Amino acid sequence: MTYEAPKMKRREFLETVGKKLPRWALLFMAIDPKKLLASPEDDYKPEEHEYAMGIDIHKCIGCGRCANACKNENHVPREPMFFRTWIERYQITEDREAIVDSPNGGIDGFPETKGEESVLRSFFVPKLCNHCKNAPCVQVCPVGATFISPDGVVLIDQTYCVGCRYCIQACPYGARYLHPEKKVADKCTFCYHRIRKGLLPACVEVCPTQARVFGETGSQSSPIRRFERFHDLTVLKPSLNTKPRVMYAGADGEVR
Amino acid sequence: MRYRGVPQQILPIVLIFAVIIAVFVTGRILFVPESFGELGHYRARSIDENAAHDISYAGYQVCYDCHDDVADEKAQSNHRSLSCEVCHGPAADHAEAPDEVLPEIPRSRDFCTLCHGYNAARPTGFPQIIPDQHNPGKPCLRCHEPHTPEPPHTPEKCSACHREIANVKAVSHHASLECTRCHEVPPEHLSAPRSARPKKPSTREFCGECHARGADSPREIPRIDLAEHGQRYMCWECHYPHSPEAGK
Repeated sequence: MTYEAPKMKRREFLETVGKKLPRWALLFMAIDPKKLLASPEDDYKPEEHEYAMGIDIHKCIGCGRCANACKNENHVPREPMFFRTWIERYQITEDREAIVDSPNGGIDGFPETKGEESVLRSFFVPKLCNHCKNAPCVQVCPVGATFISPDGVVLIDQTYCVGCRYCIQACPYGARYLHPEKKVADKCTFCYHRIRKGLLPACVEVCPTQARVFGETGSQSSPIRRFERFHDLTVLKPSLNTKPRVMYAGADGEVR
Repeated sequence: MRYRGVPQQILPIVLIFAVIIAVFVTGRILFVPESFGELGHYRARSIDENAAHDISYAGYQVCYDCHDDVADEKAQSNHRSLSCEVCHGPAADHAEAPDEVLPEIPRSRDFCTLCHGYNAARPTGFPQIIPDQHNPGKPCLRCHEPHTPEPPHTPEKCSACHREIANVKAVSHHASLECTRCHEVPPEHLSAPRSARPKKPSTREFCGECHARGADSPREIPRIDLAEHGQRYMCWECHYPHSPEAGK
């Protein structure tokens, strides 16, 4: 076998590659891997989504429509001790004491309080499950009935829950309750059945002042990312390192 | 006795272990539910079960599909950012069977005041009324069409020129008072404002009509003893009438 000189010389080869490589690279960059992986609408993939909620305390008027809608949507018992979301009224007195009340979760409005002379300022804080990334409730569940789903929502497997109430004890935000009929733990799911269909959670849908904002954290144009850009956000009880997915704008140290 | 060179005492141990492992494996198959552990320490299928619930709130887009006339009307009003189901309640059933299930129409004052009743904790500037003073007993719907509610305002006759005063008064405790409650305005003031000037109250007793002890006025109005309070000073020397401070 005799040696044949290659048709393309090394110098030529390097030159061609040098000229064409950027073009190929551009071509490859034009193909969005996310779009290639994107599935038809009904085929929802939890791991491709991540949700968060923002709450603007300056905008909340305390009308309680969110708490009411939540009870309607999720068939939460109407008794005033079971809530998936509720509104608290904070009244800061002149000696910097915070008086917090939440009559029936705010569903029937907040009565005017007497002796208001000593109140420096007051405001409303909607509360709900914070959907922590380090969720204490998930840690303590002895049977694996509560978990963080791949899209970041803390869910309860109610067919598997044994009703031991460890999670209710563990939640630092008081977001869970024992369902009086089902005898299992229950709490906010970000209206998981709605967001899977592309709808907003019921509380966000009915909030008349857009004090609640909800969206996917993954896309720049989502309302929650916009909310993040325009506000200084805090979370409740940051010292516990629970890493909540519910973020508050306008919350100061008095909000717990 | 040895079985192929294995010491005798090993056999029962192996048997016991085999039984224990068999019991464990069967137990696990029996008791650990299907799909448990696929994604983590939970039943992966529970995610879909959580998503399987029915919705009650249809979302405003669904409402707008049929009620586009109301939607267009509402889009121009102060209630433009409200979803229909804030007031009309969950309407997914109505969307499924429009003729059979009708959404609620709240007509009582108590419903409107959930948002618009005065509450100190509401943000400044949010339109609020004091239900006991604002046409008590009358249904809100009599004057305000909920899809296109009018914002509250001082009569434009006055605020067209006295805008600053109107703005201050609008957020004060005197917001519900008409300008003419205190100012007697000659009709010529509108055409010749400088030569025909409105009158201002000139006596302590005028303020006392509402604020004196025993005055015939709503209970929540703050009271003073006219003879004791402030003595020789006129009321407006300490209290700015368009934005009177409360308490203390």
